[in-house]
Amino acid sequence: MKKGKLVLKDGSVYEGALFGGNRNAIGEVVFTTGMSGYQETLTDPSFCDQIVVMTYPLVGNYGCNPVFNQGKRCFFQGYVIGDLCDCPSNWRNEQSLEQFLEEQNVPTLVGVDTRAITRKLRKYGVIQGVIVPADMPEAEVQALLAMPEVHNQVKTVTTPEIYTMGDGRLHVAVMDYGIKQNILNYLVSFGCHLTVFPAYTSAEEVLRYNPDGIFLSNGPGDPKDLPECIEQIKKMMGKKPIFGICLGNQLLGLANGADTYKMKFGHRGINQPVKDLQTGKIYISSQNHGYAIDEKSLEGKNIRVTHISCNDGTIEGVEYLDHPSFTVQYHPEACPGPGGHEYLFQRFIDLMGGGK
Amino acid sequence: MPKLANIKKVLVIGSGPIIIGQAAEFDYAGTQACRALKEEGLEVVLVNSNPATIMTDVNIADRVYVEPINAEFIENVIKTERPDSLLATLGGQVGLNMAMELEEKGVLSEYKVRLLGTKIDAIRRGEDREYFKDTMEKIHQPVPESVIVETIMAACQFGRKIGYPLIVRPAYTLGGTGGGIVENEDELVDIVQKGLSYSPIGQCLIERSIAGWKEIEYEVIRDAADNCITVCSMENLDPVGVHTGDSIVVAPAQTLSDKEVQMLRQASIDIVRELGVVGGCNVQLALDPYSDNYYVIEVNPRVSRSSALASKATGYPIAKVTAKIAVGYNLDEIENAVTKKTKACFEPSIDYIVLKFPRWPFDKFVTADRTLGTQMKATGEVMAIERSFEAAMLKAVRCLEIGLRHLEMPELKSLSDDEIRAKIKNIDDERCFVVAEALRRGITMEYIHDITKIDLWFLSKINNIVKMEQKLATEELTPELLRKAKQYGFADKVIGNIVSKDEFEIRALRKANGIIPTYKMVDTCAAEFEAETPYYYSCYAQEDEVEVTPRKKVVVLGSGPIRIGQGVEFDYCSVHCVWALKDMGYETIIINNNPETVSTDFDIADKLYFEPLTVEDVLNVIDKEQPEGVIVQFGGQTAINLAGPLAKQGVKILGSSVDSIDQAEDRERFDELLTKCEIPRPKGHTCFTVEGAFEAAHDVGYPAMVRPSYVLGGRAMEIVYNDEELDHYMKYAVKVNNEHPVLVDHYIMGTEVEVDAICDGKKVLLPGIMQHVERTGVHSGDSIAVYPPRSLSEHIIELIIDYTNRMALGLEVKGMINVQYIVRDEQLYVIEVNPRSSRTVPFLSKVTGIPMVDVATKCAMGVSLKEQGYRAGLQLFPDYYAVKAPVFSFNKMSNVDIVLGPEMKSTGEVMCADYKYSRALYKACVASGINVPHEGAILMTVADMDKPEAVEIARGFEELGFKVMATKGTAAYLKEHGVEAEIAIKVSEGPNNIIDDIKAGIIGMVINTSNHGRDADRDGFKIRRSTVEHAIPCLTSMDTARELQRVMSVMRRRRVVSVVALQDLEDEF
Repeated sequence: MKKGKLVLKDGSVYEGALFGGNRNAIGEVVFTTGMSGYQETLTDPSFCDQIVVMTYPLVGNYGCNPVFNQGKRCFFQGYVIGDLCDCPSNWRNEQSLEQFLEEQNVPTLVGVDTRAITRKLRKYGVIQGVIVPADMPEAEVQALLAMPEVHNQVKTVTTPEIYTMGDGRLHVAVMDYGIKQNILNYLVSFGCHLTVFPAYTSAEEVLRYNPDGIFLSNGPGDPKDLPECIEQIKKMMGKKPIFGICLGNQLLGLANGADTYKMKFGHRGINQPVKDLQTGKIYISSQNHGYAIDEKSLEGKNIRVTHISCNDGTIEGVEYLDHPSFTVQYHPEACPGPGGHEYLFQRFIDLMGGGK
Repeated sequence: MPKLANIKKVLVIGSGPIIIGQAAEFDYAGTQACRALKEEGLEVVLVNSNPATIMTDVNIADRVYVEPINAEFIENVIKTERPDSLLATLGGQVGLNMAMELEEKGVLSEYKVRLLGTKIDAIRRGEDREYFKDTMEKIHQPVPESVIVETIMAACQFGRKIGYPLIVRPAYTLGGTGGGIVENEDELVDIVQKGLSYSPIGQCLIERSIAGWKEIEYEVIRDAADNCITVCSMENLDPVGVHTGDSIVVAPAQTLSDKEVQMLRQASIDIVRELGVVGGCNVQLALDPYSDNYYVIEVNPRVSRSSALASKATGYPIAKVTAKIAVGYNLDEIENAVTKKTKACFEPSIDYIVLKFPRWPFDKFVTADRTLGTQMKATGEVMAIERSFEAAMLKAVRCLEIGLRHLEMPELKSLSDDEIRAKIKNIDDERCFVVAEALRRGITMEYIHDITKIDLWFLSKINNIVKMEQKLATEELTPELLRKAKQYGFADKVIGNIVSKDEFEIRALRKANGIIPTYKMVDTCAAEFEAETPYYYSCYAQEDEVEVTPRKKVVVLGSGPIRIGQGVEFDYCSVHCVWALKDMGYETIIINNNPETVSTDFDIADKLYFEPLTVEDVLNVIDKEQPEGVIVQFGGQTAINLAGPLAKQGVKILGSSVDSIDQAEDRERFDELLTKCEIPRPKGHTCFTVEGAFEAAHDVGYPAMVRPSYVLGGRAMEIVYNDEELDHYMKYAVKVNNEHPVLVDHYIMGTEVEVDAICDGKKVLLPGIMQHVERTGVHSGDSIAVYPPRSLSEHIIELIIDYTNRMALGLEVKGMINVQYIVRDEQLYVIEVNPRSSRTVPFLSKVTGIPMVDVATKCAMGVSLKEQGYRAGLQLFPDYYAVKAPVFSFNKMSNVDIVLGPEMKSTGEVMCADYKYSRALYKACVASGINVPHEGAILMTVADMDKPEAVEIARGFEELGFKVMATKGTAAYLKEHGVEAEIAIKVSEGPNNIIDDIKAGIIGMVINTSNHGRDADRDGFKIRRSTVEHAIPCLTSMDTARELQRVMSVMRRRRVVSVVALQDLEDEF
């Protein structure tokens, strides 16, 4: 393997061995603390255009298998890990992670002090960075770092065409802003049949299908990049019950006049505690978000906070009192991460009148 | 929910003495729990018979009862203290069983004591096999299918239904006799046929065999509001079949996909919820390596050894959180003590790998069966933290202190490839080393996997270590290669051996190239949040995150894994040393690697480095921290052994100097000192040849104590009585040569006396003197010790004070000194001197009220006794007696002779105090687990030389109403001297023999001494082992027998149960 480096905009440099992808990686550098589920993370479209640092140093232990894919491919800009396993072992192992990353064309930096990067990000917040060959001249590195930030990742990850899935009784219209496979699987397992729409489909078209409910998916990037989508959501509100996850949570919030903000370094991991304010119960959840709904912006609105993060008190779920809609910021569908959130899907089913 | 309102006073039950399977982890858990309860303003009453613990310090609980953990005694404590509640899930199985017994006996309801945390019913659901199975079936959690059969037909039917392999366990046979794993129906028929005949009730349990599956554990915490989190997953390197306590364990699980991780996590949570556990709980699962099938193996509805490991592995304080939950808090109301910003209701995420390696006592029990199976055999364990498996494994090997620095055993080198292949099959303590050796020989991973079922992931990592060895051997040692080798965890010494350089040359080369370790923090959250835990591990990475302060610092070396001869008492000393230094205003830094102990709790020292205790690893920390110096005298032999090498590298040893240590340990120099101080010792010589040994023995006179000079701690030490025995010893027990001389000393049979004293360099403080019940020849750690002494003359006591003074000053001791003496015919002889803290320091500190380690630490740092407010000399004896009794784990070790001798065999100790000596000793016997008989026969079978002493003892038991039985020779002798004894039939004499009588419960106690030295006495060995298996006392020293008989006689018509809190010892008596 050749030598490579991750250079952050503040000038810090982290060296390692470089492979996978015959391109430079340029993007926002984020870290995730999950100790398992690397393939699910790699194929989660919400990470589109980011350089992802794994805090857990041993990666690739159980190889890869298509059943773990959450999206149609890996949308990472780059990948930074401590120790790449060269002898994966698991009965599901069909391909080594190294091969997977080569195949997916992901520039990967290995043998890196990922904890050092995490500490940096924790302190300074997410930051632009590049993964480049170690011998790249400084001026060239600076030029890459100076490139403008990329927006509108939803365009890249959403389905180009409408498709359907499942054959259950309830019909759910799924707005795909970069949806994870397991959300679709969950909805189907709860007795739904799904029509999945490209992110920019108009409300009229969606409603023409006369679904029992509308689902707003997770997805990458800043929700404020998507004014067109927000406009369409406004037109759907009140017409059908709505359930949203992650980006879907932020978009519905914006559609209802709430505000969102960019968090310092976000929540990315599978150990995040969330409190359900209605029951007082704590749930351990999978999370992957860099933006959140601003609590102050909810003042005077008919929106109730239903879930908060036990770590920092930020909003993890809201419900709308004027129309039958609720959303969560975290990932009840897990993959990677812990289950135990089925009640949210059930609530959606109930709202659609299917609970009997 | 906030704290429960009606709780004011909580009774906490500890786990008692250290035995195999229940070690220091409960001192750690119990100490955390007591502190957590006190933080809540609750009054804490503690019962624990183990004096060597921090938990039984008077500042940990408000009322400390060092009393037997036994329903009668605890009821008495309840009666005296009237606690309103009981916390029993932090005292191991002992504590849990005690709570169940108290509940069953109605004690809890009678005194209105409420059980905190997990309720009795939940405990039963977890503990009772059938109840557990039903509960699991109810929630569709699979348990291995099983059936109890009485016919071969029924067994075959089950086999056809379930498939093979199956495990057959005959009911009620000891040690699973007659059972086994069967692969097909023919084998099943064969084994069941035998099993049914072995079983006294004609039953066999047949169970699906899951041997070879992956063994996964989860630590789960649930609060009363049903919030439930998992602290950590753990994966055993050894597949199902080896007790988890004997397995190499990594955290988090390594070979599981997220799907599998989540499946087992959810199963664990579902189980804990259904059981209704409130607090910490451990769930063990078996996962098929080739599918998503799994089985629930076991649940421990309490804080366990694995909880301690998970706590140290993640930084999440399970015991503390369990205690807070028990008094009513929910997880989101408890602070995360590590980050102090987040709450306890989260799941730790770690950014390193943790590896636990067990420490087995086979170095002491050389005859023991080393096979690992369902019975745990390890006495302790070490833990290593690193950023790769390879480095974690090599660090752990260095932590073990088994004379190895690498995953390589020199003994295996001489074996042929075929022998290595054959050895891979053995599931024993050496398996990992054999695997590495096999890989070195080019035996494939697949071959090893087929036999061992160890996951290929682990094998490939071990293979990476082997590949690195080869790389170092064949390539030039460039800085890049050196760095890579260090990242793989190779010690400087190991690299040096491969490239023909010494350890310090490699060290210099490393430093010249800037290859120095970086230290990372254990923070529960993979750096997501800022943490304040000063808990660090080393690795070779880019960034070091330790902030070195400008304060004055001292490094305290811990004592590593718990093993026979070096137990929890040294951890006690390390912790107290840290506290004393903190008190003096120093920044304290502790280096240790034992995950079970209090010293490795992150809030003990100002900084904790979780590292091996080798010169390289310690020097690295010293380079980093630049302390004033290092204190070695509290970390047992582990730390003492490091003093010389560290001093040689320019490190300042605080307290007694390296020269003092050397003077006490080097025989010639020690003899010079004694001569100079005019102190007598048993006559002895150092011998370099067999002939020399005979000459020496004749010169000093038999009996003689013989031992190799190069091993410490009583290893291979024997008493020989004649030429024949000496010849046997020289032939079979040692190899004598110029480098490894043998020491031959005259053996003086007499009373053994032990003193722990403190010297500031000018004055000597003797907190107390302990007298042993057993005569010289029984290792001091295995003797019953009594404080204050009962039968020493004023003359001897004055000599003890005088000699101790002379030696402490002669050795220029600054801190602790331990001296062992023999008293014989009003003469005092010295047998051993150690200028360090000893095993008896916690005991003596507790019963004298003098915080000995604290005082000694201050002396070591230059504060005189006078300045500390202590008067030199022997302190006044109290009006009470305290007895320390040894505790053994023989029932865990088959094929080990239980006879007491110069080699230490006990794993733990208990203490009891009373104003009446007899009661103190009787209580100590009860606490140590001796089932003092009340009826039945006393069997005596003693060596010729002990027969005269046997008469009086036999007569005593006869007077107490016991029937005396004896083997022919002993019986004849007793009869001659007027004691009628029924003749017992020796094992070799045919049926209805002694062992049958023991089995039948006719014999209630055995007094057995054997002819010296050799293992010839097979009959005696069988009798002794059978007493272990039937849990009846077997006394192998005439002194113990005599003392117990006297005490039984005194206590006959007296109250046995009487309890006293340590806090009241001074006032009450």
